[in-house]
Amino acid sequence: MEKRVLKDANDRVDGIYKVTGKAKYFAEYELPGLTYGVLVTSTITKGKITSLDTKAAEKAPGVVSVISHLNKPSAPAYEQEGGSPFKIFYTDKIFFNGQPIAIVVANTFERATYAASLVKVTYAKEDFNTDFEKAVTDVKAKKLQGQPEYKRGVENAYKTAEVKIEAKYHLPIETHNPMELHGIIADWRPNNQVTVYAKTQGVKATQGTIANVFKIPIENIQVNSEFVGGGFGMALRTWPLEIATVMASKHIAKPVKLVITRMQMFTMVGNRPAAVQTIGLGANKDGTLTGITHRAFGETSAYENFTEGVVNMAKFMYQCDNVNTQYTVVPVDLGVPIWMRGPGEATGAFALESAIDEMAHALDMDPLEFRIKNDPEKDQQRNKPFSDKNIKEAYRVGAQKIGWNERKNKPGSLIDGQWKYGFGVSIGVFNANRGRASVKGILKADGTLVLQSATSDIGPGTGTGMTLIASKLLGIPGDKIKFELGDSSLPPAPSQGGSATLSTVGSAVNDVCVSLKSTIAELAANSNMDATSNFVDVLKKNNLPQIEVTKQSQAGKEREDYSMYSFSIHFVKVKVHSLTGVVKVDKIVSVGDSGSIVSPKTARSQMVGGAVGGVGMALHEESIIDHRYGRYINNNFADYHVPVNADIPEIEVHFINKPDPYINPMGAKGMGEIALIGFSAAVANAVFNATGKRIRTLPITPDKVLAG
Amino acid sequence: MQSSDQESNHGDSRRDFLKKSSLITAIALTPSVAVKAAENQADERFAELFEKIPLNLTVNNKNYKSAVEPRVTLLDYLREELHLTGTKKGCDHGQCGACTVHVDGERVNSCLSLAVMNEGKKITTIEGLANGEELHPMQAAFIKHDGFQCGYCTPGQIMSAVACVNEGHTNSRAEISEYMSGNICRCGAYPNIVDAIVEVSKGGIKA
Repeated sequence: MEKRVLKDANDRVDGIYKVTGKAKYFAEYELPGLTYGVLVTSTITKGKITSLDTKAAEKAPGVVSVISHLNKPSAPAYEQEGGSPFKIFYTDKIFFNGQPIAIVVANTFERATYAASLVKVTYAKEDFNTDFEKAVTDVKAKKLQGQPEYKRGVENAYKTAEVKIEAKYHLPIETHNPMELHGIIADWRPNNQVTVYAKTQGVKATQGTIANVFKIPIENIQVNSEFVGGGFGMALRTWPLEIATVMASKHIAKPVKLVITRMQMFTMVGNRPAAVQTIGLGANKDGTLTGITHRAFGETSAYENFTEGVVNMAKFMYQCDNVNTQYTVVPVDLGVPIWMRGPGEATGAFALESAIDEMAHALDMDPLEFRIKNDPEKDQQRNKPFSDKNIKEAYRVGAQKIGWNERKNKPGSLIDGQWKYGFGVSIGVFNANRGRASVKGILKADGTLVLQSATSDIGPGTGTGMTLIASKLLGIPGDKIKFELGDSSLPPAPSQGGSATLSTVGSAVNDVCVSLKSTIAELAANSNMDATSNFVDVLKKNNLPQIEVTKQSQAGKEREDYSMYSFSIHFVKVKVHSLTGVVKVDKIVSVGDSGSIVSPKTARSQMVGGAVGGVGMALHEESIIDHRYGRYINNNFADYHVPVNADIPEIEVHFINKPDPYINPMGAKGMGEIALIGFSAAVANAVFNATGKRIRTLPITPDKVLAG
Repeated sequence: MQSSDQESNHGDSRRDFLKKSSLITAIALTPSVAVKAAENQADERFAELFEKIPLNLTVNNKNYKSAVEPRVTLLDYLREELHLTGTKKGCDHGQCGACTVHVDGERVNSCLSLAVMNEGKKITTIEGLANGEELHPMQAAFIKHDGFQCGYCTPGQIMSAVACVNEGHTNSRAEISEYMSGNICRCGAYPNIVDAIVEVSKGGIKA
């Protein structure tokens, strides 16, 4: 085991590698004979390739090969025409602008880049539409039906309520943009042995996809992904560009590395889909909610379908007997979306949590008081008790920390010179998932413990959390424990998504440690040692260099009896400049109600990170398309604004930190999504409180504030 | 880059050029041998010879002598040639700061600098910041304050943070934030990064 000193048991176990540059991300592995791939992408939005001339590119210096639909190697799963998913290099059709249509492979990155510019392509163009808002209007005209409607009680009860509001909310396309560019290194060797270094949230998923596409045995494929430079959902699937690189390696029998450009990060690796939502709320004059209607249209692509839980929250988050929801996806001629942090719930929460604030205002009630009044005792959607929910306490803690008592219910009341101040609150909620995972534990006579699972760490601190669970159970210091992940040959675990890793893999770590502990106790008893003997002494006495155990763990029947969710409350104080319309977030307090906190330092960072992402969603982020050409026009970090250091104020994080008695042995629930879900509404609500202007279209940019 | 573009305009590949070139006679090859050499990609090796420029630079106190194509950025040179992969590529446009290194003590986006522009210069990358096993105080502070999650922007953040302290832009949290705003962190570790810089600027942390 490498030297790794933890000064504080709560420090990130891989921090030392990250601060010294020793952490190796996918593109940083040296393979003998490595070649470089660069993509050629379509310059039209819809139609067909009529010719693709690679002669000049092939003659360019250093070029090994150009692979396209004209000469691709065999990928048996793609042989059949049509269907979903999109089959790269097995079609001459163009579905979106920037679609990969060829990969140029050369002996250096520069040579591949130059040669890619020499590929000449002609197309037969077709009419297209990339304008989601326009597509929604057209769909409405055609009266297309969406998913089955959820209904409890009376449909559209809000319409006949004593007090009602109805409002429409718009979200633009957001792009994940993790700092690390996407790509893959693929090394297809003779006898169909394939090794890849991937940027993936699931090594087993990547392994399975490659096996399926090329119809080779899964055990032939080794996927390595120890360090991942952020994902936020975009690395939850194996993208066509990854398959293209594997094809290229197969074709030339050499390892190929592809790292896409920042511009390509906007077109071919997913996005948070645009959405148009309508919320209707009805309430009695005393503030009792009597009706919730949530209808949403979400963006999808024309060639693959994508859906997410946009209207989930409306079904259970508030006590209300009459609820109906509808969700319809509408295709446009863009790359297919994918879950982005907080996925559909974050989209839905912007609308619902803004509407709740609008209703409180209509009732002339403090929004906090209105929320607490309608806080549900049980999950009305599933008719089950919540396994654990401490929202009222979270509201109280957060309100005190943000200084809610300074807030005035009348908008525009807090003014200091040219700045107007306002406070906003919102709630975030996400299903507390727990899947099935296996972990192998190897307890060694040298005093160390190795834990292995084919899970991932895209940043939250998987290894740190698992180490802390094991350390607590076995009394072994963290720097004597090594948690190995990001390797498809390790015991299987699901992809890192849906805030489930700590709950899922942590439970298996728990079971492994419990088992190791009892084995040590048995060995101690058999060799007449004290039951509390140190495991090193016990192993030595028994002449055992190590003991091993592998455990698979999954949720039991408790999930049928309880409704399990993680919650967050976001409090935001903003200041809005009265002349320029600039919104600055002045202070943030986020309270997490997600069971026990296993890893306090990384948990806090995750909440902080979610708030920063929330500031981006609320104030900055929007992928803009020129619909005449179907192209993104702000596809870079200068024009697509994400929060920078100077945009972020002090962020206070608090945790309720009470174990959920039913979720898993640790009593801990996921936090990755709730850190962001709802946040954008807290900002919009604070802007309303500061200015009296209700901005229902994200992001809240100065032009909207001034026009609002 | 320039010459390559011109080539494509003329519709001649470099191999064709070499086949016709009088340079061939200068190196005493008969035309038929030259054509054969071209077919065997020997022309590639000639091309490399003429296209690469000698480069001398010092990275982390180690001298490197090599020849590079002028279009190779300092970032790609560090990562692909020297295999110093601690310096990260996040945008290739000088917009994210992940590639920040020190050139003669100043912070520079290495993706916006061609390798050959750094002839004779002293480069420090994240790999050269620690003193052997002993971390630089900024590295230790980033661990202590959890100034990262995925870690991808971290080398750039740390190189920028060290420069920020050296430049004297640490008089307030707001000033630190302003001078650290060229380094994007998508995981959102900004407040923790500022905490780390505040502590180092006050001399409060020893590695």
